[in-house]
Amino acid sequence: MLLESILMSWENIVKNKLRSFLTMLGIVIGVASIIALITIVQGATNSISNQVSELGANKVTVTAMGTPLKQGLNEEDISNISKVGNISGVSPTISGKTGIVYNGKVIENVAVQGKNDVYFNMDSSLLKTGRPINILDLDSKNQVAIIGNDIVNELFYGVNPLGKELMLNGTTYTVIGTLQGSSGFSMGSNNESVVIPYTTALRSLGVKNISSLDVFLEDTTLADDTVTEIKGVLNPAFNYKDNAYTIFNMGDMIESFESMMSMMSLLLAGIAAISLVVGGIGIMNMMLVSITERTTEIGLRKALGATPNRIQLQFVIEAIFLSVVGGLIGLVLGGVIAYTAATLIGTGFSISISTISLAVGFSGLVGIVFGYMPARKASRLNPIDALRSL
Amino acid sequence: MAEVLNMQNIFKSFYMGEEELEVLHDVNLTVNSGEFLSILGPSGSGKSTMMNIIGCLDVPTSGKYLLSGNDINELDEIELGFIRNKEIGFVFQSFQLLPRLSALQNVELPLIYAGLSSSDRKQRAAKILDRVGLSDKTRNLPNQLSGGQQQRVAIARALVTEPTILLADEPTGALDQKTGAQVMELFEELNHDGRTIIMITHDTDIARHAQRVVKILDGNLTEQGV
Ligand SMILES: Nc1ncnc2c1ncn2[C@@H]1O[C@H](COP(=O)(O)OP(=O)(O)OP(=O)(O)O)[C@@H](O)[C@H]1O
Ligand SMILES: [Mg+2]
Repeated sequence: MLLESILMSWENIVKNKLRSFLTMLGIVIGVASIIALITIVQGATNSISNQVSELGANKVTVTAMGTPLKQGLNEEDISNISKVGNISGVSPTISGKTGIVYNGKVIENVAVQGKNDVYFNMDSSLLKTGRPINILDLDSKNQVAIIGNDIVNELFYGVNPLGKELMLNGTTYTVIGTLQGSSGFSMGSNNESVVIPYTTALRSLGVKNISSLDVFLEDTTLADDTVTEIKGVLNPAFNYKDNAYTIFNMGDMIESFESMMSMMSLLLAGIAAISLVVGGIGIMNMMLVSITERTTEIGLRKALGATPNRIQLQFVIEAIFLSVVGGLIGLVLGGVIAYTAATLIGTGFSISISTISLAVGFSGLVGIVFGYMPARKASRLNPIDALRSL
Repeated sequence: MAEVLNMQNIFKSFYMGEEELEVLHDVNLTVNSGEFLSILGPSGSGKSTMMNIIGCLDVPTSGKYLLSGNDINELDEIELGFIRNKEIGFVFQSFQLLPRLSALQNVELPLIYAGLSSSDRKQRAAKILDRVGLSDKTRNLPNQLSGGQQQRVAIARALVTEPTILLADEPTGALDQKTGAQVMELFEELNHDGRTIIMITHDTDIARHAQRVVKILDGNLTEQGV
């Protein structure tokens, strides 16, 4: 019986191709725009948050502005923070600028960063050649350096820099490694910097304080708790002064960015859904026209034994059919638009099952909602009046 | 012989605002299985109203109507649909074939509502089209058939459910004399095979084909001695 109704609906749609198509157009446009918008926004969101994650979603960064009494972080703070749970490592940064000399060649104003072993352990891609800074270097404040690409090119053109000695701020350092050229998206470029053990930096760069710490987390979902605990360590250290330090949580950033983007895609989809409603009204209109045209037919079918619910089912199915076919066309069209856009912008393209079922479900719902009223009208036609109208 | 139709004190009025128009007045009618009955009357006498009530498309204002033992007054819309499908085979003056469907598909229609499978329907529809002499026209659309052929398709559609009553309203009204006579011949054959037929007409010559004639005038039904 359901199959019969579907077949009849199909026949009616095929017999009125142009009109059916025009009727479906509203649904097609509505679904296509919903699919395209959601998919494009999702693709962009994913690729942006992926890139941001590469910068370190698994860490929080403590930056100290200091107070007059305590101008930054020190080794005691580091060891206290290390004792907090859920932490896989702490990587301090000490920044300074100095000149480098090698073989008579000089580069002024090179960024020197004091780092530790954790810095390299957490990101194995940092190192291009040589070895990272290790605990021995830190303990004995070794005069070793890992240098960026530009410096390799300027000072060691055609020479393997490993094992060579260069002058940094008047003392001799042995080159133990080179840094991988960094991608465009990360903050600041590694290409022009020199990395040395932070303990060495504290002693010889004339910097007394650690300005920032990267605290790596074991479980990022517990980031908020860990941040609270770190505050519990730092607040007494800074004597409970306001604005002595800030803690920046990359995971938080990504989360709020993603929720912003999903709100945006919901908003856009909501606007597109209005066109679905307009499409639904189009379907309702076509159903009403079709029922008026087929009054005699409905009367005849009733005389031949069609019950009212049978007639109603027939017309509701016809409306659902129209809108679901429209929805499927819209799905394909929206997918093509989203794919083209994704290729042009250079973001990833993926249509999720939930997006597809949203589109098909939504268009089916439109069919039911806007087909119900006309179908009910048809089912209530009086067969005598209907038959007389011919 | 078994009684298939029993009408007792049937009244039917139409109301237009305050005004009441009584179209059927105290109609009593009994039809037995296998009868060929003609209801004869001039235009406006209430024939179509009578046919609508017999065919369960309309209900009387008062009175009792039993069709194959079912009290029509007690049935709801859905049950009336089933009754029409099972008990009544309609033949209309203007054929009322669906123009987009082939002869075979038109004949299949009532069987869809009877819940038969597609293959059963096709088989039965083809058989009945053969019975009315149209076995070579099953694929034709109605507009590819002559008036007489269209009416025979309509008769096939009315017969395909094996209804208790074949109910025809002016079945020859849209046909010329010769084709009309052929249709009447078919009716006589069907009746000879045992089919109960009620035929409504204003034409005395056509009514003569029936074995029993009742006259209707201004809503009053009177039995006519043959
Ligand atoms: N729905 C209705 N509302 C009001 N009056 C009606 C309605 N149906 C029929 N009538 C009236 O009832 C009377 C009988 O109508 P009916 O259609 O039964 O006549 P008929 O015998 O079939 O005539 P004809 O031979 O012309 O078809 C007519 O006067 C008609 O105007
Ligand atoms: Mg009439």
